[in-house]
Amino acid sequence: MKLDSMYQEVILDHYKNPHGKGLREGDAEVHHVNPTCGDEITLRVRYDGETISDVSYEGQGCSISQASASVLNELLVGKELGQARTIQETFLELMQSRGQLEPDEAMEDVLEDAVAFAGVSKYPARVKCALLSWMAWKDATAQALGEDSVKERTA
Amino acid sequence: MSDVTLPGLLDTEAIRKDFPILDRTVHDGHKLVYLDNAATSQKPRQVLDAMSDYNERHNANVHRGVHVLAEEATALYEGARDKVAGFINAPSRDEVVFTKNASESLNLVANMLGWADEPYKVEHDTEIVITEMEHHSNIVPWQLLSQRTGAKLKWFGLTDDGRLDLSAVDEVITEKTKVVSFTLVSNIMGTINPVDAIVRRAQEVGALVVVDASQAAPHMVLDVQAIQADFVAFTGHKMCGPTGIGVLWGRQELLDDLPPFLGGGEMIETVTMHASTYAPAPHKFEAGTPPIAQAVGLGAAVDYLSAIGMDRIQEHEHALTAYAVSKLSQIPDLRFIGPTTAEDRGAAISFTLGDIHPHDVGQVLDEQGIAVRVGHHCARPVCLRYGIPATTRASFYLYSTPAEVDALAEGVEHVRNFFA
Repeated sequence: MKLDSMYQEVILDHYKNPHGKGLREGDAEVHHVNPTCGDEITLRVRYDGETISDVSYEGQGCSISQASASVLNELLVGKELGQARTIQETFLELMQSRGQLEPDEAMEDVLEDAVAFAGVSKYPARVKCALLSWMAWKDATAQALGEDSVKERTA
Repeated sequence: MSDVTLPGLLDTEAIRKDFPILDRTVHDGHKLVYLDNAATSQKPRQVLDAMSDYNERHNANVHRGVHVLAEEATALYEGARDKVAGFINAPSRDEVVFTKNASESLNLVANMLGWADEPYKVEHDTEIVITEMEHHSNIVPWQLLSQRTGAKLKWFGLTDDGRLDLSAVDEVITEKTKVVSFTLVSNIMGTINPVDAIVRRAQEVGALVVVDASQAAPHMVLDVQAIQADFVAFTGHKMCGPTGIGVLWGRQELLDDLPPFLGGGEMIETVTMHASTYAPAPHKFEAGTPPIAQAVGLGAAVDYLSAIGMDRIQEHEHALTAYAVSKLSQIPDLRFIGPTTAEDRGAAISFTLGDIHPHDVGQVLDEQGIAVRVGHHCARPVCLRYGIPATTRASFYLYSTPAEVDALAEGVEHVRNFFA
């Protein structure tokens, strides 16, 4: 069934057992919504210099948006900012591929569990769900590190 | 699928032949089960043909030009107005204003009242009353009017079972109330609201009554005189017509007295560089070239629905809704958002399913060919009221069948298993 390409086991696992959920202390907090469906996330980032020491979050939404936040936490915590940006940009590229991009080994190395979202990119209505937490992270990072807000519309 | 028959059903086999899209399959051969009619209805061949006939044979701009096509186009456009006037039992065809959708109709009323003179003028120290179950299109225009004029915006809350809480009607609608605007049928919960109780109180205090009939006009007999409203708004695309055409019905003396909102061609009588005078209603409110083909399509839709009979359509949908409520209520973890019986409710049914997010419900149903709506349905305050992020909504129409209700119920069971 085609649907299985979206609802990968990995995604359902993250949905049912989310990593790092709950709000903890952070350097910046953002609240992002997906107005088309009401997915919401409040996300905090904590940096130790250029190292991400924590990404904590609380939200409500579909399995895709919740699993994506869980994967983000698993992937980014402990990473250097530069590495994290590469992961975020690669994930964005995959999600915007409309199902046309077959992840290669290099991409799998970068994205780890997040590569499971490849199937979601075939469903335009759900891409925003998958990107919600990643856009929130990008925004929170810009605020935490004192850069101008690079908040992007995830809608 | 079962072949359940219920008393009151229409001959859907014959009706469905008029709707070519209902024959299509989706996702590798699944028969389409279209249950998103509260968002938009499908269009019968008769409507599609009327529009292409207009475009192929009669297209011209209306109300100007003396050539044959201009006269034919004008006759067709104004003929559609006659049909709509008859459909809603308007006392006069001149009370039917064409807009592009119900949102525009409601915005038009709000702007008329914002720019009006006494006694209609909405201003500081006056009040606007709406309800918590409105579509955003009947909330935001009033918020804008309230912000711009200083008028206070008030609303009726909801009971736990999805009805308007009218227990304090005399405190909500007061001597200061200038306008009361509410939906006849909730787009998210299906609730049919008690018009009389609200209109009676509004009339006591001299407030104007605006009725959003977007979810009523397609599904039941709509008689603007019987409901005693001052304005009634609805849209074409939910009632077998095309997108791009809506209606605002208003009482003649109000349309005569209230100022225009959009200015431009068509709505004038004379223009000088200093000032203009305006055409009488309805043209006063129809600036610019109108959606002509769409109006013709709406006229054909009205003919189509009338030939079947709105009372028969209402009966059909009521039977289906009762069947759907009874089938769905057997599903564990399914919670209705809105009335839990078929009494005083239309054919839109919202529900939640345990902890499964409606987006996931909708996606798994779609994979089985079942089209429902998920989200807040442009009625986010309702979701907030019931403490939920969103709902899954199934909504029926004259071509919906008991077999489709069965498919929905089976589909929802499949969703439960998928995320178990």
